[in-house]
Amino acid sequence: MISIENLNIFFGHGQTRSHAVKDVGFTVEKGESFGLVGESGSGKSTVLNCIAGLLTHWSGHMEIDGVRLTQTRDMAFYRKVQMVFQDPYGSLHPRHTIDRTLKEPVKIHRLGDANQRVAQVLEEVGLGAKFRFRFPHQLSGGQRQRVAVARALILDPEVILLDEPTSALDVSIQAEVLNLLQDIRKEKNLTYLLVSHDLAVVCHMCNRLLVMNRGKSVETLTRSQLKRGAISEKYTKQLLIASKGYDRTAIDQFQDFE
Amino acid sequence: MREWLLADTPESSFQAWAGRAYLGLGAFMKNRLAVLGLLIIVALIVIAVFAPVIAPYDPVETRIGNRLAPLSSTHYLGTDEMGRDIFSRIVWGSRLTLYVIGLVAIIAAPVGLLVGTVAGYFGGIVDMVLMRITDIILAFPKLILALAFVSALGPGIENAIIAIAITSWPPYARISRAETLTIRHSDFIKAVRLQGAGGLRIITGHIMPLCLSSLIVRVTLDMAGIILTSAGLGFLGLGAQPPCPEWGAMTAGGRAYIIDYWWLITMPGTAIFIVSLAFNLLGDGLREVLDPRGGN
Repeated sequence: MISIENLNIFFGHGQTRSHAVKDVGFTVEKGESFGLVGESGSGKSTVLNCIAGLLTHWSGHMEIDGVRLTQTRDMAFYRKVQMVFQDPYGSLHPRHTIDRTLKEPVKIHRLGDANQRVAQVLEEVGLGAKFRFRFPHQLSGGQRQRVAVARALILDPEVILLDEPTSALDVSIQAEVLNLLQDIRKEKNLTYLLVSHDLAVVCHMCNRLLVMNRGKSVETLTRSQLKRGAISEKYTKQLLIASKGYDRTAIDQFQDFE
Repeated sequence: MREWLLADTPESSFQAWAGRAYLGLGAFMKNRLAVLGLLIIVALIVIAVFAPVIAPYDPVETRIGNRLAPLSSTHYLGTDEMGRDIFSRIVWGSRLTLYVIGLVAIIAAPVGLLVGTVAGYFGGIVDMVLMRITDIILAFPKLILALAFVSALGPGIENAIIAIAITSWPPYARISRAETLTIRHSDFIKAVRLQGAGGLRIITGHIMPLCLSSLIVRVTLDMAGIILTSAGLGFLGLGAQPPCPEWGAMTAGGRAYIIDYWWLITMPGTAIFIVSLAFNLLGDGLREVLDPRGGN
């Protein structure tokens, strides 16, 4: 479904140009859930934004559903690929009601039956009709993130890009949203590309994952490899130790990997 | 009614908006001075609408025999050097004042908003060109540029309005651009871009509503300046032409009599002062209600 080869992404021009992502490649099958893991600044979100078409300075080969991506995206792409953002407090327009936010994509793609589609998608993400005409500030973080998921679903996409969808939520809400995402994926046979720094989240959600560090890919693992600890790269081992919580002796032994 | 407005779960977009407006109105009403400003402006509008009923005399009819009459029960605010009733002239002049403010706001604010949001959203060369034009106009002193325009186009109230409008949009463009720059990289704009929205839809539907509140505040605060500029042009003889009862032109007319017949210049001057102050008070009150950083 998604195929990325030799992806290089740059920021800035001339002297200040930085090479944010270096020769990254991976493939995701249809209906699969694939994770991108790494610490802050490893370029994982950059890859996601690049696939979404929010960045233009890149080179390499990207394919979605057999269609090669260019620097610009067409309307068919937006029907097929949608995204859920990290911060539910920043991803909804503060002056638009939930109804307006959800109707916007229907209007853009001239799909018709806006009212019925909105009601249906709100039901799917577990928000009743009573939330429909509220403003974002009248919702909690978890409810807002459900609205963001609903907005991604309303166009019936095949691929959903998830940019740390739960890292801004508290732990009890995280599980709810993750389970919701899992259920929706099974029901609609969606393909997920999930970015996270949280190995536990990725392990729960994804059957395969790519570890990234400083813009390069480190290794690809399956969920069972991760659970068994069958890891070959030192960096991944270190990441795994770090994800288990704060440990003074372990942190003293950490090193920088280029 | 109150329950319907403050319902936790509104049943329509209209109800949601009405509830929001109601809360805003409540916050506005707490500011006594702003309410005073609003009342003065409402009074100005009522006076302008009912000018023929309120004014006891014809504002342009001259009675040389009764010139420079002091304040009395027949002429509340006295008469001017041509024997015209000053109270009637001020009442009729409120129409001109509103006309100028209204037209300038209708022309300048949308132009500034459009230029600013387009420049801010697209950036790059579009931003460069639009903002340098804005800078050039901003570099001229407002009244001097208005003077130049009026001199070129000929004196008259319409030309004064055009001149003031041309010189007053750049600050609005700057404000809108600054707001747009803070908004355009936010996730909700990225999200709507990912839904395939074009530049026009994003600017008009998503960016402009967020620029509007600071723009409204700024326009309201600028109203006083617009009144003063139009009065200034009238004073210099480049705005409304005699015998038009324009407040600035009236002050200019009374200039020669200021020592012996103080009411000629004081009365229209006071009218300018009160209306300008009212707009400033209203603007301050609106800032507290509409400022996006003032919380939800």
